[in-house]
Amino acid sequence: MIESMMSFVMPIWEWLPMWIQVLVTNVFFIVIIMVPLMLSVAYVTYAERKIIGYMQVRIGPNRVGPRGWLQPIADAVKLMFKEIIIPTNSNRFLFLFAPMLSMGPALAAWAVIPFADNIQLADVNAGLLYILAMTSMGVYGVIIAGWASNSKYAMLGALRSAAQVVAYEIAMGFALVGVLMAGGSLNLGDIIDKQAGGFFNWFWLPLLPLMVVYFISGVAETNRAPFDVAEGESEIVAGFHVDYSGMAFAVFFLAEYANIIMIAALTSLLFFGGWMSPFGSYADVPLLGNGFHWFVIKTMFFIYMFLWIRATFPRYRYDQIMRLGWKVFIPVTIVWIFVEAVMAVMQIGPWAV
Amino acid sequence: MLENYLPVLIFMCVGLITGLVMILLGGFILAPRKPNAEKNSPYECGFEAFEDARLKFDIRYYLVAILFIIFDLEIAFLFPWAIVLEDIGIFGITAMGIFLGILVIGFIYEWKKGALEWE
Repeated sequence: MIESMMSFVMPIWEWLPMWIQVLVTNVFFIVIIMVPLMLSVAYVTYAERKIIGYMQVRIGPNRVGPRGWLQPIADAVKLMFKEIIIPTNSNRFLFLFAPMLSMGPALAAWAVIPFADNIQLADVNAGLLYILAMTSMGVYGVIIAGWASNSKYAMLGALRSAAQVVAYEIAMGFALVGVLMAGGSLNLGDIIDKQAGGFFNWFWLPLLPLMVVYFISGVAETNRAPFDVAEGESEIVAGFHVDYSGMAFAVFFLAEYANIIMIAALTSLLFFGGWMSPFGSYADVPLLGNGFHWFVIKTMFFIYMFLWIRATFPRYRYDQIMRLGWKVFIPVTIVWIFVEAVMAVMQIGPWAV
Repeated sequence: MLENYLPVLIFMCVGLITGLVMILLGGFILAPRKPNAEKNSPYECGFEAFEDARLKFDIRYYLVAILFIIFDLEIAFLFPWAIVLEDIGIFGITAMGIFLGILVIGFIYEWKKGALEWE
């Protein structure tokens, strides 16, 4: 059956021009990455409500489907059938373009993520630079959304959010420089290979301050609690997306959660060995050894950290956020980069290259 | 080497197209569309909007933006430097130390002048 189908399909496939073959293969792999990503986004929202619920001794969503498992599907369907309201004063084109602009980079950054040994869509040399560029693009979506809505809440939310994101991006960039120094390459696969050998060989130990700065900056970058003044319900309603409804809002929402998963995945890649097993000496044993499942477990752990932080800490005041970004993280990272560089060149300690 | 970047380019296009399709599908095919003047007025807690929303904003946002450009460029310089650090050794550290030093002096000046104070 399958063979007869193959013999029917293969000539057609080979008859197609080269560029269509390349395009179709690539789109096929992209879909393989994107569909699980979208499903994860949906179930991260469910996990968020459920986990925070249990942390506050509530049950959380439990009505749609068994134990609430179908809740995210129901949410998606609801948002799909809601009207998109385009305010009269808004700039219509930019208003609809902004969600796309936050969605595009949030998804595209996944192109260079190594999921397991040699399982990667694009094995590019400048992987980390590309990721830095893509995560920076997100701020355009926020600013354009805030400006195009032509509403005061949206404008204030966008300004706050943009200033906060750029402040923490610097700390994040400096932390990445530390990773580069230790990894000696911009290629994400090479950075992971450098961390081979188990739990204590991962970069979190020699780069501990940078790891902490990176993760907290990641929380601030994605505008999550306790850094969510941009969307503070009690002050400016919902920040930059106050005028968005229906699917336009859903796209922002998806982009935000895709970014959360991205930051969690990056933390596990850059500081916790990605798909490396924590038991270095069992690297070739199935399950205990290296593999995709370790990447998933680590990423899930950091997503859980996001939710845990949200349930635990009260919201920062805006001036405290800016003080933490500019006056704590940037000096800490600059000093640590300098220390690490001197240590690496002097061949001292675990930083010796 | 450059062909490795093709999937990246395709992924960017697919990402944008996904956003477009979702908005078109959700907003203009599945969802109802019954606009009216009240519904489409800007959200301002029941009041008529007093003035244009694109109002003047705090000078400190500009300062943050300018500082960001400087420091982000610095990161762009640090990236290649960090990779070849093994090869350039002490000379590399001294050169980057001077460069970073000048920027840090500027940063300290900015700090002392209160550009980083909010409230």
